[in-house]
Amino acid sequence: MREVAIIGIGMTKFGELWTKSLRDIFVEAALKAIDDAGVDHIDSMYVGTMTPGLFVGQEHIGALMADYLGTAPIPSVRIESACASGGFAFRQAFIDVASGINDIVLAGGVEKMTDGADVTYALSTAADQEYECYHGITFPGLYAMIANIYFHKYGASRKHLAMIAVKNHKNGALNPNAQFQGEITIDDVLNATMVADPISVMDSSPVSDGAACVIVTTVEIAKKLGKPVVKVIGSGAATDTIALHQRKDILNLDAVKFSAERAYKMAGITPTDIGFAEVHDCFTIAELCIMEELGFCERGKAYQMVEKGETALEGRIPINPSGGLKSKGHPVGATGIAQIVEVVEQLRGNAGKRQIKNARIGLTQNMGGSGASSVVHIFKIE
Amino acid sequence: MPSPRYTREIPQRYRLEAAKCKKCGKIFFPPRLVCSNCKSREFEKITLSEEGKIVTYTTIRVAPEQFSTQVPYNIAIIELNDGVRLMAQVVDCKPEDMAIGKPVRMVFRKIQEEGAAGIICYGYKAVLA
Ligand SMILES: [Zn+2]
Repeated sequence: MREVAIIGIGMTKFGELWTKSLRDIFVEAALKAIDDAGVDHIDSMYVGTMTPGLFVGQEHIGALMADYLGTAPIPSVRIESACASGGFAFRQAFIDVASGINDIVLAGGVEKMTDGADVTYALSTAADQEYECYHGITFPGLYAMIANIYFHKYGASRKHLAMIAVKNHKNGALNPNAQFQGEITIDDVLNATMVADPISVMDSSPVSDGAACVIVTTVEIAKKLGKPVVKVIGSGAATDTIALHQRKDILNLDAVKFSAERAYKMAGITPTDIGFAEVHDCFTIAELCIMEELGFCERGKAYQMVEKGETALEGRIPINPSGGLKSKGHPVGATGIAQIVEVVEQLRGNAGKRQIKNARIGLTQNMGGSGASSVVHIFKIE
Repeated sequence: MPSPRYTREIPQRYRLEAAKCKKCGKIFFPPRLVCSNCKSREFEKITLSEEGKIVTYTTIRVAPEQFSTQVPYNIAIIELNDGVRLMAQVVDCKPEDMAIGKPVRMVFRKIQEEGAAGIICYGYKAVLA
């Protein structure tokens, strides 16, 4: 296996991009990444997107994006794993370069959610249509069920979830690409409209448009190009039951655990080596469960880490320095790539006001549905 | 929901029919073609217990379109007495009546109306026992 590095990153601002089309936001992010890498060609591309067919009536995304990026006739294919589509697209690009099949590969993600489609329905297609959605469950509802059992078992409360939202908005306020750039208070979250008890609208990530792209190549080529070498030292992916109720323990996100274990193993490191992480906080409760599955603390203790400020920007292990899905926005297919963009910015020391001191090793975790798929990557600056 | 799909699922929705692995005994609801536990492909058809308890729950206040007239409604993961878990609405009670561990009983009810023609879809819901 060849050693792989990221040499270019680019993303659009996340938010309601009503004046821009699906293809234009993707190409905007891709051109930024290509310019940042300083390459004159790419060999293949992988485009993560969840359901452009339902959001804007467009499928066949791989070919469309290669056409409008002007890279056709290179191979270009769309990768789908619900909200983890971006992370899985990156993994394919990593495999493509590591295997020696291609040298310079683009991994991107894109979603256009605000063009008028029924967003609740489109997102719910990532759950079990016949045995979950048929009975009226929603994604906030699934995570609310996880939250209720977490509260029951460990004694956490809505206040702890609110602390996560407050922390992520505080970080997002420092990120010029974030959808929301304003701080919020605990009371803003506690007093917000309930969506599915105990999850309020302020515990939920927003509906967003956006795209993000990265350029992947070998460490050898990265060095020849004179680029800062951000190495991909670990990649892991896993799956779990599609329906939440089919899991032995509702609180165990096994796909997250297995994807992390595989990435740690490839990297030859342990959770204590991770300096900071971008994780899939689609709802505040998800951030808590993910921290535990990634091994950042014991099971049932994540809310105490949050309470002590250990996951804040200046804490022991900053989580979601970008603002996370909650504040930065969650254009589902783009999210996994945008997480990687943030980690590269941090490792290069280019994160501006939200720069983490001595950032050396960063992790990304991207998840589909209520945790039926998860992909983890670990990055290190040389 | 297209009618072939609805018709296909009637044994599960109307009668709680499940498949029990002949080799390891694991019960699957809905039935599967291969056992995820022991990889056996031999099953016997069984009917699930109608009694169980709440594993976890929520109250939906923002619903998909076909459920929007029902809000707020309770929905739970229920573990039936044979150990099988499923998701169902818990009806004829208030949100504050819901709690982890409470016993429930499965009942046959209307679930939703489908599309502009208002086709009625049936299935199981739960009531507090
Ligand atoms: Zn079996």
